[in-house]
Amino acid sequence: MKYEVDQLGFYGRYGGAFIPELLHKNIAELQMRYLDLINSKAFQRQFNKLLCDYVGRPSPLYFAKRLSDKYQTKIYLKREDLNHTGSHKINNTIGQILLAKHLGKTRIIAETGAGQHGVATATVAALTGLECVVYMGEKDITRQAPNVARMKMLGATVKPATSGSKTLKDATNEAIRDWINHPEDTYYIIGSVVGPHPYPDMVARFQSVISEEMMQQLAAQTGRDYPDRIIACIGGGSNAAGAYYHFLGNDKVELVSVEAGGLGIDSGQSAATSVLGTDGVIHASLTKLMQDDDGQIIEPYSISAGLDYPGIGPLHAHLISSGRTKVLTANDDEAIKAGYELTRLEGIIPALESAHALAALPKIKFKPDEITVVNLSGRGDKDLATYLKFLND
Amino acid sequence: MGTQRLQQLFQHKKEKLLSIYITAGYPEIDAMPKLIKLLSDKGVDFIEAGMPYSDPLADGPTIQHSSSIALQNGMNLSLYFKQIAQVRQEVDLPILFMGYFNQILKTGIDKFLQQCKTAGIDGLIIPDLSPEIYQAQYQQIFEKYDLGLVFLISPTTLDERIQLIDELSSGFIYVVSSSATTGKTGGFGQEHLQYFEKIKAMPLKNPTIIGFGIDSADKYQTACQYANGAIIGSAFIKALSADDPLKNAKYFIDKIINAAL
Repeated sequence: MKYEVDQLGFYGRYGGAFIPELLHKNIAELQMRYLDLINSKAFQRQFNKLLCDYVGRPSPLYFAKRLSDKYQTKIYLKREDLNHTGSHKINNTIGQILLAKHLGKTRIIAETGAGQHGVATATVAALTGLECVVYMGEKDITRQAPNVARMKMLGATVKPATSGSKTLKDATNEAIRDWINHPEDTYYIIGSVVGPHPYPDMVARFQSVISEEMMQQLAAQTGRDYPDRIIACIGGGSNAAGAYYHFLGNDKVELVSVEAGGLGIDSGQSAATSVLGTDGVIHASLTKLMQDDDGQIIEPYSISAGLDYPGIGPLHAHLISSGRTKVLTANDDEAIKAGYELTRLEGIIPALESAHALAALPKIKFKPDEITVVNLSGRGDKDLATYLKFLND
Repeated sequence: MGTQRLQQLFQHKKEKLLSIYITAGYPEIDAMPKLIKLLSDKGVDFIEAGMPYSDPLADGPTIQHSSSIALQNGMNLSLYFKQIAQVRQEVDLPILFMGYFNQILKTGIDKFLQQCKTAGIDGLIIPDLSPEIYQAQYQQIFEKYDLGLVFLISPTTLDERIQLIDELSSGFIYVVSSSATTGKTGGFGQEHLQYFEKIKAMPLKNPTIIGFGIDSADKYQTACQYANGAIIGSAFIKALSADDPLKNAKYFIDKIINAAL
């Protein structure tokens, strides 16, 4: 089994770069240079220093005792919620802004769903003094107001995407169009393991610090450098890709990806891409996506803006179709319940996205000695308004 | 027929070719056959018949808007092919499918291309199918069918790559006028003209047609000085949006053609 991209950017049959010619020069430049640049000593030094001093890495691996007691097993939380800006997203934006600087770009664009990637991008743009424009679905601007305010305070311009479902998919379309219209000075920081090659591979590499640390932390805390199971939520799938990365070749580690079921898989209001999706091209990548018989993309639904995406990264399409990852679905109500459960048992309010990963716990048969790591991709401050609607339920 | 209609056209007419882009199902569900008939009668040389897509990445606001209206009107692939087949009985000008690769992939490439042939489509413009991926994965299937395949070049396309695109294209090369999505207005500057000049001087086997941002008789004529013709898309779609689209279409085309005389 191979998990690396090939020359044209494919993982098995998924991936590639289905781009209009207008983007070719920029994408080709990235394809040619990204590996040399990010593997260079100077880049690695800068990247690791910022991850340590600015982001606050390594993020703790926390043994959640009361949660473990409840499920009669050993559950560890990889605390990406404790990163600067509140999620794993900043691992990737730090990497990409350094790349943008090396490429001599002066203007940064990004798409965002829950606003975590937008905030992480606005943050590194402020840090490096680059102009920043973030595209966000009009619907998400409403439901993730605190993050919109943060981006504005950081000096970014937040542009509403008003087409289609007015969510992450449409914000991504707008960002791609912006790049077509500004090919010279602009760099597009994609927030997930989606988009044309080399983005899925590049973002996975930047996020792979999660599993790298996990290996060292597990070795120190448990005496073994791998867990029996990793659970992560997937929208596009960047936190999952990072949490799985160094364990992909280790078949002893079960990988569980949790998709957003929305109101239920058969309700017509869902974002469970791997169940409802078929092979197709979205955002320049061949992957699994929700579409009708004509290839028109179907608008997804999830209570979580970060999982409200009709596709998945091509790596995940490959991992799922080859059986390497197992997919579970968590509906809105299950995620809310899991979010409250973690809050009340451990005093940690998880992001709604991460709450979907936690919602998988009641669906798994654990053995007492098994070690499970849940990737806690972000914190829930931005989701308080949504959570509080269920306070008395 | 397939590429034959395209070849005949380019053999007999080397300059001032005029192509019009329409979005199938816009502004009304049954507008496309009527518009194609009208454009053919007016002497337009070939048609880009756009199949509306939910996520048209290379398109600006005008074509995005027409696409979403067309989809709301109920346009779908089976109706698209039906309307093309219907108007094909009445017109002989080349008609090209314009759409996004996912629409073809989802249908199944063989099935889709067969449907194009059956309906009387002469070629395809697929803006998000890159030459590299086409060569590596799809060239063999496409070559089984006698259909033109038009690739795009942009101001950022390097010369070597223009040669590759010329080799892979059959029909013509779509010269995107500037680094922008469709429908960007404003005049041609020095940098545009230099780029057109460069393309004109290159020994290419395919005719060249300039498109994107051609919104006036002036720009059409300028484009025609550097290429074999030009495509008008967003500006035509905009002209349709008022009431009585056929009358507006007629008026718009008359303006372009009369200025070119």
